[in-house]
Amino acid sequence: MGTDRHFRVWRGNEAGGELKDYQVEVNEGEVALDVLHRIQATEEPDLAVRWNCKAGKCGSCSCEINGKPRLACMTRMSTFEETETVTVTPIRTFPIVRDLVTDVSFNYAKALAMPAFKPPGELAPGEYRMQQVDIERSQEFRKCIECFLCQTICHVIRDHEENKEAFSGPRLFIRAAELDMHPLDARSDREEFAQAAQGLGLCNITKCCTEVCPEHIKITDNAIIAMKERVVDERFDPLVRLGRKIFRRDRRQPASTK
Amino acid sequence: MTNIERHTYDVVVIGAGGAGLRAAIEARLAGKKTAIISKSLFGKAHTVMAEGGAAAAMGNVNSKDNANVHFCDTMRGGKFLNNFRMAELHAQESPARIWELETYGALFDRTKDGKISQRNFGGHEYPRLAHVGDRTGLELIRTLQQKIVSLQQEDNEEFGDYEARLRVFDECTITEVFLDGGKVSGCFGYIRESGEFVVFEAPAIVLATGGVGKSYKVTSNSWEYTGDGHALALRAGATLINMEFLQFHPTGMVWPPSVKGILVTESVRGDGGVLRNSEDKRFMFDYVPDVFRQQYAETEEEADRWYDDQENNRRPPELLPRDEVARAINAEIKAGRGTASGGVYLDVSTRMPAEVIKRKLPSMYHQFKELADVDITKQPMEVGPTCHYIMGGVEVDPDTTAACVPGLFAAGEVSGGMHGSNRLGGNSLSDLLVFGKRAGEYASAHASATKRVTVADSAVAAAAETALAPLERGESCENPYRLQQELQQVMGDLVGLIRTRTELEGSLTRLAGLKERIAKVGVTGGRRYNPGWHLALDLRNMLVVSEATARAALEREESRGGHTRDDFPAMRPEWRCINLVCTLADQSIGLTRKPVPAMRPELLRLFKRAELTKYLTEEELAEFDAIAGQGSEN
Amino acid sequence: MTTTSAKPSPAMPGGPRPRAAIAAKTLRTDRWWLPSLLSGGGFGLFVLYTGIRCFFIQESFWVEQYHYLTPVFSPCISEKCPDNASDLGQWLPASLPFFIPLPILTLGILTVFRLTCYYYRKMYYRAYFMSPPGCAVNEPAKKYSGETRFPLIFQNIHRYGWWLACGLLMINTWDAVRAFHGADGDVAGGFGIGLGTLIIWGNLVMLWGYSVSCHACRHITGGRLKHFSRHPVRYWLWTKVSKLNAKHMEFAWASLFSVIITDVYIMSVSAGWITDLRIFN
Repeated sequence: MGTDRHFRVWRGNEAGGELKDYQVEVNEGEVALDVLHRIQATEEPDLAVRWNCKAGKCGSCSCEINGKPRLACMTRMSTFEETETVTVTPIRTFPIVRDLVTDVSFNYAKALAMPAFKPPGELAPGEYRMQQVDIERSQEFRKCIECFLCQTICHVIRDHEENKEAFSGPRLFIRAAELDMHPLDARSDREEFAQAAQGLGLCNITKCCTEVCPEHIKITDNAIIAMKERVVDERFDPLVRLGRKIFRRDRRQPASTK
Repeated sequence: MTNIERHTYDVVVIGAGGAGLRAAIEARLAGKKTAIISKSLFGKAHTVMAEGGAAAAMGNVNSKDNANVHFCDTMRGGKFLNNFRMAELHAQESPARIWELETYGALFDRTKDGKISQRNFGGHEYPRLAHVGDRTGLELIRTLQQKIVSLQQEDNEEFGDYEARLRVFDECTITEVFLDGGKVSGCFGYIRESGEFVVFEAPAIVLATGGVGKSYKVTSNSWEYTGDGHALALRAGATLINMEFLQFHPTGMVWPPSVKGILVTESVRGDGGVLRNSEDKRFMFDYVPDVFRQQYAETEEEADRWYDDQENNRRPPELLPRDEVARAINAEIKAGRGTASGGVYLDVSTRMPAEVIKRKLPSMYHQFKELADVDITKQPMEVGPTCHYIMGGVEVDPDTTAACVPGLFAAGEVSGGMHGSNRLGGNSLSDLLVFGKRAGEYASAHASATKRVTVADSAVAAAAETALAPLERGESCENPYRLQQELQQVMGDLVGLIRTRTELEGSLTRLAGLKERIAKVGVTGGRRYNPGWHLALDLRNMLVVSEATARAALEREESRGGHTRDDFPAMRPEWRCINLVCTLADQSIGLTRKPVPAMRPELLRLFKRAELTKYLTEEELAEFDAIAGQGSEN
Repeated sequence: MTTTSAKPSPAMPGGPRPRAAIAAKTLRTDRWWLPSLLSGGGFGLFVLYTGIRCFFIQESFWVEQYHYLTPVFSPCISEKCPDNASDLGQWLPASLPFFIPLPILTLGILTVFRLTCYYYRKMYYRAYFMSPPGCAVNEPAKKYSGETRFPLIFQNIHRYGWWLACGLLMINTWDAVRAFHGADGDVAGGFGIGLGTLIIWGNLVMLWGYSVSCHACRHITGGRLKHFSRHPVRYWLWTKVSKLNAKHMEFAWASLFSVIITDVYIMSVSAGWITDLRIFN
């Protein structure tokens, strides 16, 4: 029942590498990660590939398959023609470690720079009350499995290494949105941080992040654009600022127990 | 041998899942310099696979719920083999642990009045599981991860260094725990990325390495689950208990073959999914054991009414504890009433509108859509038992989580006792939090009370030699992947869901053969990110833990919870009092019997006598009567 | 062996660690260039058409008989406009310098609104700026500063474009109401319906759809709120706008083409090339 398929897998390290050819058996219902494991078990025991849950829940096995950033465990072989060559390469935006494994510490460093949730001072644990409609937007962003596919496909850093300093990437933009929309987060400078420190303005909303998200999070529409609009409120829109002065109303009403 | 990194910490937490992270947070809050060792990337731990929720008797949905009810459910689920004190602490402390998560930024689903919503789950009398759709584990791990980031940010403000008091070593595997004068002095491991070795000197080590499922072919566990903590504990001289009890989750995917074993959350049943065999019969009604007869519905009509009115109806039998459901499914398949791919049907498509399914079970919907090309809103799922969780683990003191080796602590799946012979769904996430916190707390206390420890160079050299051995033997020796496959085959076939003496004896013979071959495992390639090498090192852990399971399973001549003997199909009260304790001597597992701690009278009185008769021996019942008599006199 | 290996860029001391040395600009095997080609081409055609129409064919925009006014020239505020077509007055001289098109106001508003639209931005950044040409396809430009500097920082005025466009839409709506006009003023009080009326209304629906589904509109109706539960009406509005917002791209294209169709139809009727198909009066 198996078919013989042609695979090309990038093998190498920071000193260089190349695409190596493999003829591998593929069985019904298998995903690309199964094939990589077969190569590992039969031909190349040291083929480096990062993986964990094999169910699309942990976001470890990110790589590029036929040029598209994807989770190897969620790429079903039935989506390719039997005669099609399948090319697997490491995600391109981050430094190579070996074979299909890259150093994704960029993402952790950016997460470390992101101000954490600030609990409302007046509430003790157990006293938090939130309405479901108020948390749903943030919950969408918390579905993120941190596969960093959005980070790797984003041309701002994929094609411009020099932007890595100034740009946090879509993963951290949804974190910014999540916290800004969190009904009880006590910080009010999320927009300022997003624009000034995360490089939200570098994003030109070309939506590749949304296209690759395996969790189908609407990164661009629901987080990035929402944050851009909020930044406009805070920073660019004179009328909104004037209105706030006149009506003395802040969008951020203090959190209450109600 | 030249470049071995050395670090000194107060507390080293091995494992970066829920228990490990919670322990690390607690240790850091206690002011201890803490290291977190993560076998994979930070935030990828197996905890993310937990779907249903975290059990905590907050009483948000049904105000009748309280810690006592939760305690009773846990004991009942574990068939009274649990360490009662752990079950008690767990029931008492889990609500606080959940509420705490909200202060870290967690966003659980809400009730109408804005509290944390709670869902029904197998074995829990009331809706009890705090949840976020069907991705609760992810929420938990992310929340703890983000709390750690926030603590690191505080340290950065104070010391100008994010890692001043809390550092994560990701993609790092510990292969040895060192002792000095019988006390923990540190540990040794390798960094995956570079292949370089690293030594941690620390007076307190918390094991939070999770389970052993990767020793089985059909499993919901990932590659990391090779019983590292169990094996480290054994080699350090600690003891394991309850190793014969493995939970086979009743509903794992069975098709396509490559995803066989991947979990289908219990919430599918909690929210209305039903099990049917190939004859379209809702078969669970035939499998309600006597001990549960009173709590479960006898007709489909009553079972269906329960979803809307839980006060006046009994629960559907699909919500029996996991061991019961797994055995029932297994029996149906064996009787030839399974599907073509060797499972049974789990159906929600005829029970709920498509929108409700997508809203309540979003990740299940995607999982089936993307992995199996099955639309669960239109078709039933095909499911079968899959190795999921090991109840057994390091024998610990219930209050402090300390193992018998001073300085060694264990929390989460790697510890034993809390869940008895069978864990209730949802009790794992709360277990992580409750005992993770305690482990961090008491490990910190131990570190404070201990003077500086050092690791001898000779011990490091020996550990490095052991770790490098497979690389030096090279390719001509045994292939690690083949050995792993064979080990999985042995465990799956002979030490699986249903066990018999002859099969278990056979498994021990085969394991002995594998032991010799694993000693000769060899790999090619270099030290940098070499999965073959990593597996070769994991194999010895898998082997020793598998042996513990097989030996204990052979010894225990009864069926209870996650241990089913075809040749001893009944539960035997005299075995309820016995824990089988595993030790390691001369590379081989030894077993001793030890009494299960007896419940305190006021806890025992929470149960009805009629129920206890199913579990307790005559003598124990006589004692109970004496206590009960005293109770009523008071 | 097929290979795309290349010399890795030498790791500079202290500089970034090298990435995997893969020379190919992309390894995508699908026709990733097709969407950009189609959308870039489609939008180009629209610009070309509107340009020709506004600069060179400044007539045949009004059908007196049925009160059809093409949306491209609405509001008609030039002295060139027929009296019946200029309800808002005629405050532009009949002859303008060649570089100012007749419907300068309309064109200006639409340009601001559509060029700063989040969907069109995505489209033209990809199709014209090649930034990026496709997902996971190398961007040719060496430098990239996104929307952080002049002139692209002005993309942030999108919401003003939206308010202006809403004003314009009110006028379009009025135009559409007026298009229920029959040739015979004595029948049914001058009421009438023709194919033109339907086309105008179809276009109006598309224009409203596009404007209401706008991201700025979504933000203004409710997106900026922190607590939906305290603003049930705005939350309700937001959920509706969000639904439409998911179709913003479709509305963007549909409304472009509906404008062209409406304009071509009215021009043809006005110029006498075809006669309006009348349904009533």
